[in-house]
Amino acid sequence: MAIPYAKLPSWAELGVMPAVNVIAGFVVAGIVVAFIGENPAKAMLILIDGALGSLNNIFYTLFYATSFVFTGLAVAVAFHAGLFNIGGEGQAYVGGLGVALVCLALDHYLPWWIVAPLAIVASALFGAAWAFIPGWLQAKRGSHIVITTIMFNFIASSMMVYLLVYWLKPLSAMGPSSRLFEAGGQIPQFSGMLKAMGVAAGSAPANLTLFLALAAAWGVWKLVWRTKFGYEMRTFGFSPTAATYAGISSVRITVLAMLISGGLAGMMAVNNMMGNVHKLDIDFVFGAGFVGIAVALMGRSHPVGVVLSALLFGVLYQGGAELSFSMPSISRDMILVIQALVILFAGALENLFRPLMYFIVPAPTPVKEAA
Amino acid sequence: MDLAIVYSILDSSVRLTAPILLACLGGLYSERSGVFDIGIEGKMLFSAFAAGAVAWHSGSAWLGLGAAVLVGIAFSLLHGYASITQRGNQIISGVAINFLAAGLTALLGKAWYGQGGKTPQLANEARFTSLTLPGADAVKDVPFLGPLYSGIVSGHSILVYVAFFAVPFTWWVLFRTRFGLRLRAVGENPAAVDTAGISVVWLRYAGVTICGVFAGLAGAYLAIAQSANFAPNMSAGTGFIALAALIFAKWNPVGALGATFLFGFLQALAIPLQGAQIPGLGWQVPVQAITASPYILTVILLAGFIGKAIPPKAGGVAYVKER
Repeated sequence: MAIPYAKLPSWAELGVMPAVNVIAGFVVAGIVVAFIGENPAKAMLILIDGALGSLNNIFYTLFYATSFVFTGLAVAVAFHAGLFNIGGEGQAYVGGLGVALVCLALDHYLPWWIVAPLAIVASALFGAAWAFIPGWLQAKRGSHIVITTIMFNFIASSMMVYLLVYWLKPLSAMGPSSRLFEAGGQIPQFSGMLKAMGVAAGSAPANLTLFLALAAAWGVWKLVWRTKFGYEMRTFGFSPTAATYAGISSVRITVLAMLISGGLAGMMAVNNMMGNVHKLDIDFVFGAGFVGIAVALMGRSHPVGVVLSALLFGVLYQGGAELSFSMPSISRDMILVIQALVILFAGALENLFRPLMYFIVPAPTPVKEAA
Repeated sequence: MDLAIVYSILDSSVRLTAPILLACLGGLYSERSGVFDIGIEGKMLFSAFAAGAVAWHSGSAWLGLGAAVLVGIAFSLLHGYASITQRGNQIISGVAINFLAAGLTALLGKAWYGQGGKTPQLANEARFTSLTLPGADAVKDVPFLGPLYSGIVSGHSILVYVAFFAVPFTWWVLFRTRFGLRLRAVGENPAAVDTAGISVVWLRYAGVTICGVFAGLAGAYLAIAQSANFAPNMSAGTGFIALAALIFAKWNPVGALGATFLFGFLQALAIPLQGAQIPGLGWQVPVQAITASPYILTVILLAGFIGKAIPPKAGGVAYVKER
């Protein structure tokens, strides 16, 4: 993957370029807002206030951010191995099945702090299993991982609807969802904990899973930059031929990277199912698997970047919901538009503003011959 | 099963095949030129919105179709700019276009028309309604062949006939014209095409532009032929089924007809099978299994268990001219 561009100093490469690309996305989003006939600056203020204006709002923002850290890390890990895992949505969905099975079986008997670790393991295993097949098919049979993971998203959705409608739905329920988890299947929310201490903090769903997400981010950093496997993975992602020549097994890297990626995506289910809705239903993933793509691209696949951009998308999701109340003409679809623009500018058009940078940054290193 | 039911399933198969076929042929031009396009779904959605909105404001289905094609081309050029000129990641660009379409059409639809994102209901004059082919009524009572002609071949909107006619046309363009030869070559070995003095960039832009035209036709079909308005996310994965069909067809136009008809037939089959029982066993047929079958079939095919699907060799890779 030789890029025929001169490398910028690292502060520009890692700090300024992503910021410029994200700002470009937001400028275009602002133009869309103006086009609809609303004031973009006012919309921005409402959005920020909606996301960070009160403790309750902040907890909502953190709740969304928690989910996005998992799915963002999932995409990032696969990126390091040169794989584009678009299947986070399906892997999170199937991960939810693992959570549901553990919670439905044990929530009557055991306290949440025993059920939760088991559910986390189950979610990771189920998510990893769903990512294993595309990974194995890519490694062994050469089928393109992008296409297979897209197909697996659709297959996951059909399978989960089938399971919900025919197996997991209680007879009394109207919609396709499992029964509600008892106390043993509920992870404590920050708002509830503060309430117990006498602080009014609303009823936002941010919960202890946040710390699991941060631990996962640390774990990914450790894995990618401080282990032999991480080194092999990055080598393989940078140049598969060089990796093969160095004796690194492409099958092992591809399959393991996809297992880790799928496991991370699957854990997203814990946050929303045990921390918020307390059941398995059709739309608990709410597109978080796809947001992960934008989060990973914007965070340049580094855990710190992923956590920061997950936070930004948390702000967008929560603030966007508030915005659609205050400005009814700006519906929540605006979030999807911004998400798309971030993917476009930070991903596909990442080199668009690069020539501009050469004016600002003195004396770039000379262009290396593209191999 | 009753013969009438068979006819009605085949009839709806034809209707459901048309948009998949149009999208699939569009993808064929793009991918044969070496530009992967997973943004077809999004372009269809944008085009459907343009068709629904313009047909409503102008009262003309043809203007709606024109708008759909223009919008399809515009977003193809965006994809082309990102992946050919900027040499960005083609898959990421396609993903971005899909999300942009899902978000922007719903956002604008809700802001402008206030009907939950739908465009206003169209009168029949502003739509492509069913055509009755000559002689369809006359032969209706001829046993077997009569209903086949009047019920299945006749009675579709003009875009359905365009879709099916586009199959031999595409075959002719790809395999019998100079442009087609070059288009196929640039998807396999752009360096050779470049050495021969033919512009790789121009050919690839041509490929993605034609893809935009087809995505436009497919989107227009959804909004102003199959339905009478645009609704958010109305493409509902058709673009992805088309991509699957393209792989199934091994990037061949005649294969595309077979693959898309198979997938259209499976979709048509899911409707009457809803809640039906497998005779003798008393099991209910899970509709979800039929809905998922195109995707499962594609995965199995991609894995090389039923024949090998080999994509154009230079697909997905930007061309960097040698200096």
